[in-house]
Amino acid sequence: MRLKVVELEMQSASLGYNHRPVLQDINFKALPRELVGLIGPNGSGKSTIIKALSRVIQPLSGRILLDGKDMTKIPRQELARLVGVVPQMPLLPSAFTALEIVLMGRNPHLGLLQSESQHDWAIARQAMTKTDTHTLASRRVNELSGGEIQCLLIARVLVQETSVILLDEPTANLDIGRQVEILDLIKKLCVENNLTVLAALHDLNLAAQYCNRLLLINEGRIHAEGTPSEVITNRNVREVYGAGNCVYAHPINGLPTVLLSTSQNKSIQIL
Amino acid sequence: MSFNPVANEPIGAYFSGRRTRLFSILGLSVALVAIVLLATSVGSVHIPILTTFSVLVAKLPLVDIAQTWQGTVETIVLEIRLPRVILAGLVGAALATAGATYQGLFRNPLADPYLIGVAQGASLGAVIGFLLPITWHNLGFSIIPLLAFIGALVATAVVYGLARVGKTVPVTTLILAGVALGALLGSIVSYLIISSGEKMHGIVFWLMGSFSLSQWSEVGIVLPYVATGTVVIIILARMLNVMQLDEEQAQQLGVNVERLKLILLAAATLITAASVSFVGTIGFVGIITPHAVRLIWGADHRFLLPLSVLAGAIFMILADLVARTVLAPTEIPIGVITAICGAPFFLYLLRRRKKAIF
Repeated sequence: MRLKVVELEMQSASLGYNHRPVLQDINFKALPRELVGLIGPNGSGKSTIIKALSRVIQPLSGRILLDGKDMTKIPRQELARLVGVVPQMPLLPSAFTALEIVLMGRNPHLGLLQSESQHDWAIARQAMTKTDTHTLASRRVNELSGGEIQCLLIARVLVQETSVILLDEPTANLDIGRQVEILDLIKKLCVENNLTVLAALHDLNLAAQYCNRLLLINEGRIHAEGTPSEVITNRNVREVYGAGNCVYAHPINGLPTVLLSTSQNKSIQIL
Repeated sequence: MSFNPVANEPIGAYFSGRRTRLFSILGLSVALVAIVLLATSVGSVHIPILTTFSVLVAKLPLVDIAQTWQGTVETIVLEIRLPRVILAGLVGAALATAGATYQGLFRNPLADPYLIGVAQGASLGAVIGFLLPITWHNLGFSIIPLLAFIGALVATAVVYGLARVGKTVPVTTLILAGVALGALLGSIVSYLIISSGEKMHGIVFWLMGSFSLSQWSEVGIVLPYVATGTVVIIILARMLNVMQLDEEQAQQLGVNVERLKLILLAAATLITAASVSFVGTIGFVGIITPHAVRLIWGADHRFLLPLSVLAGAIFMILADLVARTVLAPTEIPIGVITAICGAPFFLYLLRRRKKAIF
């Protein structure tokens, strides 16, 4: 699989719904072979950034560039060959099987009158083996657990063969074993295939372990940007999350690790 | 590359599932031809199926069969029964296709071809046609189908316009606008019927639907709409599959959601409008046929749509056959038959298969 290498850039973008901005003046760049983490409290706009980068919503102002090209000028189908998304807890039609859902990832590659070929099936089979979902192939999606569906969606985005992958809370429904498995897989694909990967992550510890760079979003703006050690600091965590003095160095690799306990969290008043 | 057998097995099953469904399309096509022959043979004058077959084949180009049948038999087959059977097949196919399209587009199992105002628009147009003081038959054509067709298209266009928010048309708004406008038009129709005096019987009979006045000229008018619309919809079947996800995911998988909605709505509305204009608003076929097909063959629209075309045609031809023969010479309204015969069959399917169908 040889993919085009794509650079992703937001230039002073203002994003929101119904003309009301949720995020303002967002500037960042994501490069190939880089796993960029979007972190921030609930409702800070992580999903909004993912929606804008996949053109589900248009920026209210500013520009989004794919390899320097304005994203609004790229036809929808071509865009879906460049940017793939793993949505958070999406609606899946229960009458379809897991394999049929995964094969939908081939849609942007097929012409109007084309049907999936042996080639497309081979790609789907490979992706399902990688994500450990091949045994689910003939099951209907309403019989699957949240974690299984999450893995299925990752298989679907692999089948889409895009240069950019956007993930919205990819580990939200997974047990800790699966969390590590899936993020390992994403990291490996990112490096091997020169993918540009942007993941909204709730878990600061996983974000610190896996991401090359983090964007900490708060109150409609980028609060901090940089390596995990630069972003996950006691000061930033206190300013954004209101939880103080809880960042420690990981005992093995020294990356920032957040450990919470009620006694350390001075901002929570126990009545 | 090597795959373990566990990984191979379900995908092999997927392949064979596709083959089965292709054979089903073939099988239903053969069944349709057989049922056309049967329905053309049965009636007040019974004609042996072989004779019907010969009469029809003799009409094909490059075929030379010595005529062993009476001229009246040929007239009954070619001028009276066949146009009626073909029109019934066309309308059944159109309603089933439109129903499957609306159900898919709205992701709503309760959707039928009349969901967004087509039926009420057509009814209002037809009723106005009935009440006009002029007899248009003098002109060589009836104004009623034309007004019904215009009414159906205008009503749907108004619903679409009302549901529009900026550049998007949310499907829930579309359904609500359709239901509301439908209720408004329906009440106007009711009022007009009440005050229609001696024309009431004709209007009510039209509204219940009938193929009793079918002619080749009507087939000629309905066919181009139904054929074009159905082909357009079947071509977009894979996109309609992707639309079964939410619209956000469909966009992220390369579907131009708003454009697809507009094309599918236009095509489904056109084939429904063309059908109801001549034969009235026949219920039940449009909502139940796609569900029955889904229960038997699955939810993939690439098979669901062509199978619905065939199943809808077969169902409607059989229903019309029952409607015109059971109480002959009295005809039973076709809508009564579609429900009486279709509902038990559908309930049987529903009980037999317990897995999710939608």
